[in-house]
Parts: sequence; structure tokens; C-alpha cells
Amino acid sequence: MDTRGRLRTAWRLFREFSGERAYEIYVEHHQRTHPGEPVMSEREFWRRHIDARDTDPKVSCC
Amino acid sequence: MTDVASRRKPTVKQIVIWSAVSLVGAVAWGIIALSRGEEISAVWLVFAALASYAIAYRFYARFIVRRVLRTDDTRATPAERVNNGIDYNPTDRRVLFGHHFAAIAGAGPLVGPVLAAQMGYLPGTIWIILGVIFAGAVQDMVTLFFSMRRGGRSLGQMARDEIGPIGGIAALIAVLAIMVILLAVLALVVVNALKGSPWGTFSIALTIPIALFMGFYMRYMRPGRVLETSAIGIVLLLLAIVSGGWVAESGLADAFTWSPQTLTLALIGYGFVASVLPVWMLLAPRDYLSAFMKVGVVVMLAVAIVFALPAMQNEAVTDFATNGQGPVFAGSLFPFVFITIACGALSGFHALIASGTTPKLIEKESQVRVIGYGAMLVESFVAVMALIAASIIDPGLYYAMNMPGPALGPTLDSASQAVASIGFGITPDQLAAAAKSVEEATLVARSGGAPTLAVGISQIFSDVFGGDSLRAFWYHFAIMFEALFILTTVDAGTRVGRFMLQDTVGNVWKKAGDVSWKPGLYVSSAVIVGAWGYFLWAGVNDPLGGINQLFPLFGIANQLLAAIALAVCTTLLIKSGRAKYAWVTLVPLAWDATVTLTASWQKVFSDDVKVGFFAQRSQFQDALDAGKTSLGTAKTREQMEQVVVNTTVDGILAAFFALLVVIILVDSIRVWIKALRSGDRGLTTTEDPHIESKIWAPSGLIATPEEREIMRAREAEKVGTGAAADQ
Repeated sequence: MDTRGRLRTAWRLFREFSGERAYEIYVEHHQRTHPGEPVMSEREFWRRHIDARDTDPKVSCC
Repeated sequence: MTDVASRRKPTVKQIVIWSAVSLVGAVAWGIIALSRGEEISAVWLVFAALASYAIAYRFYARFIVRRVLRTDDTRATPAERVNNGIDYNPTDRRVLFGHHFAAIAGAGPLVGPVLAAQMGYLPGTIWIILGVIFAGAVQDMVTLFFSMRRGGRSLGQMARDEIGPIGGIAALIAVLAIMVILLAVLALVVVNALKGSPWGTFSIALTIPIALFMGFYMRYMRPGRVLETSAIGIVLLLLAIVSGGWVAESGLADAFTWSPQTLTLALIGYGFVASVLPVWMLLAPRDYLSAFMKVGVVVMLAVAIVFALPAMQNEAVTDFATNGQGPVFAGSLFPFVFITIACGALSGFHALIASGTTPKLIEKESQVRVIGYGAMLVESFVAVMALIAASIIDPGLYYAMNMPGPALGPTLDSASQAVASIGFGITPDQLAAAAKSVEEATLVARSGGAPTLAVGISQIFSDVFGGDSLRAFWYHFAIMFEALFILTTVDAGTRVGRFMLQDTVGNVWKKAGDVSWKPGLYVSSAVIVGAWGYFLWAGVNDPLGGINQLFPLFGIANQLLAAIALAVCTTLLIKSGRAKYAWVTLVPLAWDATVTLTASWQKVFSDDVKVGFFAQRSQFQDALDAGKTSLGTAKTREQMEQVVVNTTVDGILAAFFALLVVIILVDSIRVWIKALRSGDRGLTTTEDPHIESKIWAPSGLIATPEEREIMRAREAEKVGTGAAADQ
């Protein structure tokens, strides 16, 4: 693979690490498992995505 | 899928490479272990660590994965089977490695090694490296494997299923107890770093409006723009650090010069409010920031150490290792160096991440090696770097910063004398100069690890970037870096504690278990904040020094949780017919139990008033009974009474932790005997059935040439790899 391809992969992984691809992943998953059904809007998705953590806290310590 | 490469004989190239790695490791270890009385370069510690990790990962972790766990890539993982788009998602191994590392790494591995540096750098280095190879990384990987085979079940559930209800309850209590002590200790670290420091206090306080701004920005203005929001946040964070310096030199300095008591109340208030607010306001944006800071600073520090090549100033082994009279924490090398380092070598806390979260995201069984074992090796490397940072600073300064405040006294002169009394030297002028170089009023009595680490980091960073003029900036940058994690942990930890409490009470009174019921939320948050707030307040005002007293309890609690995790792993190995390999987790368990029980025993029963809580208690009680008005660092009767109360509480806790370890061990051994008697295949376990996997992905971070061939072949057949295009 050429350098540009590698950089593209690195950027995709970096975005995924940061959490920014969450909506893309949801849309891909939704279209694969429920084809033809409407998907949540981006705003709606992020609201639910972040609010889900209200009832599922995680802690890192050591 | 059988790995074709594994059946081949090693090539000449492989033999040459691994011989070279072993040689580098052996030379580095030789230099570290044999040099006495001369300064060695910190880079030898880095080489020794990296070479040991490489060998352990290549040979020991592979042995465990192949022979003991027998991972099977034809089995679908929970992520592939369930794949619900919410918490079960097959995640690229490289991304998951980052997430898992960010989830296990926190302030722990940075603080423990700094305190352990009082025994010299050698004992700490040996334990951080050997401990992670044979105990810590093994625990993380094996727990991850067994949880993955059980749909991502949590450690507590596995303890209940495999050992019994008593094991499950002990696990629950241990987690709750460790959370409370952990939050108190970490908050105490922040208090010691920020007391009387307008620069630090102002810039840390600014992180609250910054996080709120990010939260609102992502909620209402740019939903989903995580990187954009984080970039803005990081710029604002750097501005906050710089502006702290301006505030410290302005008329506002007094308004941000806070006493430890004020800081304590502020932290308690913050902890309560933050933990009842919705996650999107404070916690989510803070999490994004601390993930970037964590990875960024770790990489920067590794690079800077290699470029700056600092020399170790600390001794290899100090007298405190044998005489047990160390001022930072009392007790001799065994068991207290292991208890103090805790997280960097073996952390029970990781078992909570390795069960529950990560196993629901892993794509392939064989990836437990890189995710479970590999990420823990990185954490151990962070601990080595923290130990280096603490060991390159002047030992006199190290003790002036880390001895208990009451022992150091109120002035630079008294601090200088206190350091001289334990056999190290630093003049009052040197103390003043050290504080001035990082633009702090004083560095004396800043125990807890974070400030010491910040001095070390500022020394290393300013060698490489910016010189002395940036020294103060780097110091406060490092303080910010640690305080940011810690405040996130205070918030998230209070939430986790609250959920566990609500869950437990909910078994008896249903309404209390409803996590969206506001009164329940406020009361349970207040209970958790009150619990760690109590220990924090007691620690801040402890005449014997809070860190000195509380840190061993934190270490014992963490190692107790590790004992539970290792006991669950051993039980599962035996029950699943792998008894002949049970030593893989049984040996670390035996070691960990010995360390934890010896430490608790000494903390409870030792006659040495520096070590034993109850010996301290009776010493102060007797003095009170005799009508004395001061004893040692307790200058009033009130303070003496405080010591009596604190030592009673701490002593009871230490005894309680030891009791939990014994209960877990006895209960596990009962199950092991039953399993071994019941025949060759053991008892039935709770493993999920085998379902054929349809996806394929490489095992390690970087795909091997053979894996690339398979990938190409699969693409040619258009079966797809399941994972996105690799490399």
C-alpha cells in the first residue's frame, strides 16, 4: 500500500480512537442490519450516545 | 485458525534479532544492578524495560495464549455474535488497544513509583518489570479471555458464578472499598499539589468552565465533532496553564492561594455537584481531553527521556529498604515496595476493565495477547518513566517534598534540618531556588507523588524543549496533566460507587435501585462523597502525614482486588480442565496474597510505632492518659486525639481487607479441591457455546507477512475481512 493509503488508514484509526466515528459506525451497522429503515439524525444519535453513559459510568484509575 | 508461521522452525533472522534483544536487555540489567556509587543514565532503565517486555510478549504471552488459554479464532467473539451497534461492536484491534490502555491507565502508576523511589530505584524497577510480566499483564489477559468466553461478564458476576455467593459479595465490597480509598488518596494528591499555589489552583479551576464550554459546544452547536471540540479544549487548556502564571504574579494571586482545608472542601463540593450533573456537561468532555493528554504526555516523556539522557541521582538501594524507617511511607522493602507500586506492576482495578467493557469489543480471540498483555506492558512502562522522573531529581529535594508536612516544620530551615536528620542534604537556599525555578512559593511538603513527578518531568522536558525559561510552564503542565485525570476520576469514581450502592440497596428496597430517581441519586452520591471526603479530610489534617498513612491502605485494597481476580482466573483454569497450567495465575496469586497479608498483618500488629496503626494508637492514647499535651508531630491534645481516631479507623480497615483476602482464598481453595476431585474434565463451567466466526482479522497490532497474504487472498475471493482494509 502506498503512503497516502497508510495515512488515510492512520487518520481513520485516530478518528475512531477519539470516538468521532461513532455515528458513522452506527449508520453502517443500522443499514446492514435494518436496511431501508430510517436512521437517527446525527444530533439525535449523539444525544443518546452520550446520555447512555449517565447510567453506565466507567472509571480509570491505575 | 492455525497460524502457519508458528509451525515453522525459527529462521536465522529471528534468531539473530532475539539474541540481540536479549543481549541488550542483559547488558542494561547488568548495568542497573551492578553499578554502585556512580551515576548511571536513565536510558539503561528504558532499555532493560523494553527488552524484557519484548521477550515476555514474544515468548511468555505467546505460551499462555497458545498452550494455556488455547484461544480459538474460529470462535465468534461476543462482539461478532451480539453486534448490537451499542456496547457489542467488533472494534479494530489498534483502536481497542488505545481504548483499553486509556481505560486502565490513570494517576495510579504515576504516583506509586514516585513514592517507592524512597527505597532506591532498583527495587522499584525490578518489581515494575518482573511484576508486570508474571503477574499484572497475565491477570489482565487471562481475565479478559475468560470474560470474553462468557459474553463479557463482569468480575463480580464471574466470582459469584465460579466461586460462590461469598466470593461475589467479597468482590463487591472490595470494589466499593477500593473506590472510596482511591478517591480519597487521589484527591489528597491534588490538595498537596495545589495548596498555596495560585498558579496551579487557577489553571485547574479553569478546567471546569473549559469542560462546560466543550460540553455545550458538542451538545448544541457541533454534535459529533469530537476532534474539533477536543482541539479547542486543548488550546484552552494550554491557555489556562499560561494564564495561571500571569495570575500568580498579579493582584489576584491571594484570591487563588488556598489552604489545604479550603481545597478539601472545594473538592468535596466539586465531587458532589459533578457526579450528579448529566454526563454530557462535564464528564464526557473531560474524558476526551484526558484521553489525549494521557497518550500525548506518555509519548512525549518517552521521547524526552531518550533525548535528554538524564542521569539517576537516587541511590540504587537506600537504607530505608532494610531498616523500614523511610519517611515517605513506613515499613521495609518486603512487603511495602510492592504495596506502594501496586498499579504499575499488578493492578486489581484492571480486572474491572478487562471484564465488562473490553471483551465486548474484541474482534478475535487471539487478540487478547496484544490488548490484555500488551496494553499492561505499556502501563508498566509509564510506571518506569515515573520512577525515572522521581530518581533524576536531587534526593535532598525529593525528601523535602515527600516527607510528612508536620515532620518538615514550617520553615525552609526546619525542612532542611529534617532532611539532614535522615541523612540527606539540601540547604534552605537550594530549597528556595528549586521552588523559584518552577515559580512556586515552596516545594516543601508536597507529598503524594504528583508534584515530585512534575519537578522531574519539568527537568526532562525543559532539557529538550525550551530550556530553563519554560521550566515553570512544564511543571504546571505536568500538574495539570495529573489533576485533569484525577478530577475525572473523582467524578466518574463517585458515579461508579453510587451505582454500586444503589444496586446493593435496590436488592432490599426496590425504589432505591432506580438510578433515575433523583432523591436516590442525591442521597447515594452524598454517601459516597461523604465516605471519601471523610478520609480526605482526615488525611489533610493528619498530624502523622496523610499520604504516609493512607497510601498503604490504597495499595492493600488494590492488591486485594488483584487477589480476587487471580483467584477467579485460577478457579476457571482448574474448572475448565487446564489444571496443569493453573500455576500461570496461581503463582502470582500466592505472591500477591503473601504480600497483601503480610502488609495488613504489619499494619495491624506491628509493634513499631512507625508501621503499626494500633501501635501508634496506643502510643498516643497512653500519652493522652498520662496527661501529655504534645507527642512528636502532634502539637496539641486535639491533634493527639485525631491520631487516635485516624489510626483506629485505618487499623480496622487494614484488618478488614486482610479478612476479605482470607475469605476469598479459603472459598476458592474449597472450589478447587472439589473441581480436582470430580474428575479429569472438572466441573461444568459457564462458557458460551462455540459459534463459527465469519470474520477475520490479524492478531497483533501490525499484520505479519503471512496475515497480509491471507488478507489479500480473502479480498481476492471477495469474502471481505470483516474488518476494514488493513495496514
